[in-house]
Amino acid sequence: MFQYTARRLLQLLPVIIGVSLLVFFAMHVLPGDVATLLLGDRATKQQLVDLRHQLGLDKPIWVQYWAFLTSALRGDFGVSLRTNHPALAMVLEAFPVTFQLSLAALVIALAAGLPLGVLAGVRPGGWLDNGLLGVSLIGVSMPIFWLGLMLILVFGAHLNWFPIGGVLDIGQSVHRITGMPVLDAALEGRWGAFDSAVRHLVLPAATLSTIPLALITRITRAEVVGALGQDYVRTARAKGLRERGVVVRHALRNGMIPVVTVVGLQFGLLLSGAVLTETIFSLPGLGRLMVDSILNRDYPVVQAGAIVVALVFVVINLLVDISYAYLDPRIRYQ
Amino acid sequence: MTTTAAGSADPAAAGAGSTRSRQLRRLLRKPNFIIGSVIVLAFLLVTILAPVLTPYDPTEGDFLSTQLPPVLGHPLGTDQYGRDLLTRVLYGSRTALLAILVADGIALVAGSALGLAAGFYGGAADSIIMRVVDVLLAFPYLLLALIIVAALGPSLFNAMVAIGVVYTPQYARLLRGKALSIRQQEYVQSARALGARDVRVMLRHVLPNSAVPILVTATLQAGTVIVETAGLSFLGLGAQPPTPDWGAILADGQSYFLTSWWIATFPGIAILLVVLGFNLVGDALRDTLEGG
Repeated sequence: MFQYTARRLLQLLPVIIGVSLLVFFAMHVLPGDVATLLLGDRATKQQLVDLRHQLGLDKPIWVQYWAFLTSALRGDFGVSLRTNHPALAMVLEAFPVTFQLSLAALVIALAAGLPLGVLAGVRPGGWLDNGLLGVSLIGVSMPIFWLGLMLILVFGAHLNWFPIGGVLDIGQSVHRITGMPVLDAALEGRWGAFDSAVRHLVLPAATLSTIPLALITRITRAEVVGALGQDYVRTARAKGLRERGVVVRHALRNGMIPVVTVVGLQFGLLLSGAVLTETIFSLPGLGRLMVDSILNRDYPVVQAGAIVVALVFVVINLLVDISYAYLDPRIRYQ
Repeated sequence: MTTTAAGSADPAAAGAGSTRSRQLRRLLRKPNFIIGSVIVLAFLLVTILAPVLTPYDPTEGDFLSTQLPPVLGHPLGTDQYGRDLLTRVLYGSRTALLAILVADGIALVAGSALGLAAGFYGGAADSIIMRVVDVLLAFPYLLLALIIVAALGPSLFNAMVAIGVVYTPQYARLLRGKALSIRQQEYVQSARALGARDVRVMLRHVLPNSAVPILVTATLQAGTVIVETAGLSFLGLGAQPPTPDWGAILADGQSYFLTSWWIATFPGIAILLVVLGFNLVGDALRDTLEGG
């Protein structure tokens, strides 16, 4: 197990170097340079030359990359061209909002997707199975930015059940502990703020959960259908176990490995979906920060955000692989 | 010549022709395939017939009829500039088709070439190409697209290029696997023994034998590409006004949707329908042709 983990960690190194190269060079093929961006159009030639020299932009590209890499390893991505705050600090401040949103969406997707998948799988071809298949097909075809707007329209504007954007009601506040408003409110014991934070989370999390929900339902169904045809399930039935026990203890448990993989891989898709969801619900998360920074050509923040997300994504994929190897020993020896 | 009869159950299948026609009959019996095909065909027809189907211009406003709810003459209502929404949604199908051609096209051509080369040559070429693919896969899809758009600058074409690059690994992995397995087949060995050049072997032997999985992937990707391009436009990083693009119309609609719900609602339904159509066709093709 240790060997497997070590090998997988080692394989990450070239990927991470590749990521840093891609992020660095993507920002360097840009039309116009940072010095012009910083000083504006009215800067004199001398000012531009001076600033370029000061920023090291007149050095060879590989020297610049090396400087970028070594500073990045120290957590220094430079300062935002808009706010003058350190870029990494801005990214880390926004990240918990995205994390909370993704986690809530994943919880909804699992809480609904597992039972729905089992219900569909125990009677393949039945009306419930066919109905759920149809709904999940629509689910994966749904543009979530549209679904979000529709949810706001119906549950926010017309029924007035949930707020239509932001993370807290005006007048509510929490101290920053983890950066996740729901958790921070709970930790502080501010239940008014907690209630407000949860109500603000419902619509965005529901929006973001549609695609993982559809996928988890589908894969759970497939696993249950497959497992119910296995010998060990027939044995369990022959022993006289009740059907419920057969499905939950035997069929579902063995079907969990692929579900774990899908859930892990979904996390990356959730981070993608979060960009759109945060825009619709005006949440101050990482996705929103990235889009704003790109539109305002605030490259240090884009670079810091891209590297942080890629690292998180790669580490989550690694954890999925390791847990997979833990659940299924055959994988370790490949 | 071998065929794509990989999953066919009947070992006595007479040959390529009968396998194909049997698969086609199986396809045509699937209601999902029929529904999906009707949607996709309707979508393609609309892209061609848009100017015939509506008397209005997609970009010209009419300040006397702004934000009209759906009425006779404007069945889907009008937007904040008084443009007919039905017209904008119909013309938006052209942008969606362009996204499929450009983005899915880039992914298919670049991915197939990389995958073929990696699988066929193996060794250092394989290692380098697959490391590049690993790096592309180290980003969540939309984030990679954002980085590329940031580098190229926001525009509809750049958004399509970005989405194309993002989905290149899908095809690269597919074709690499195919090339690895087909490389060892006798007919490829004999073609090489006869002195066929590498490129010829890849294009004449490996590629045609991968046609079915490529078709399935391209169909399923077509839907994804439409959603993702619309997503970038929605964020302001793709189509710029006044281009009729479903994502951009949705973004417009977001500003007005508490008063004019129709502006954001209908382009979303258009995306949902077309993507559903491609997914239905793609799923049915995969189940039938790849032996599901």
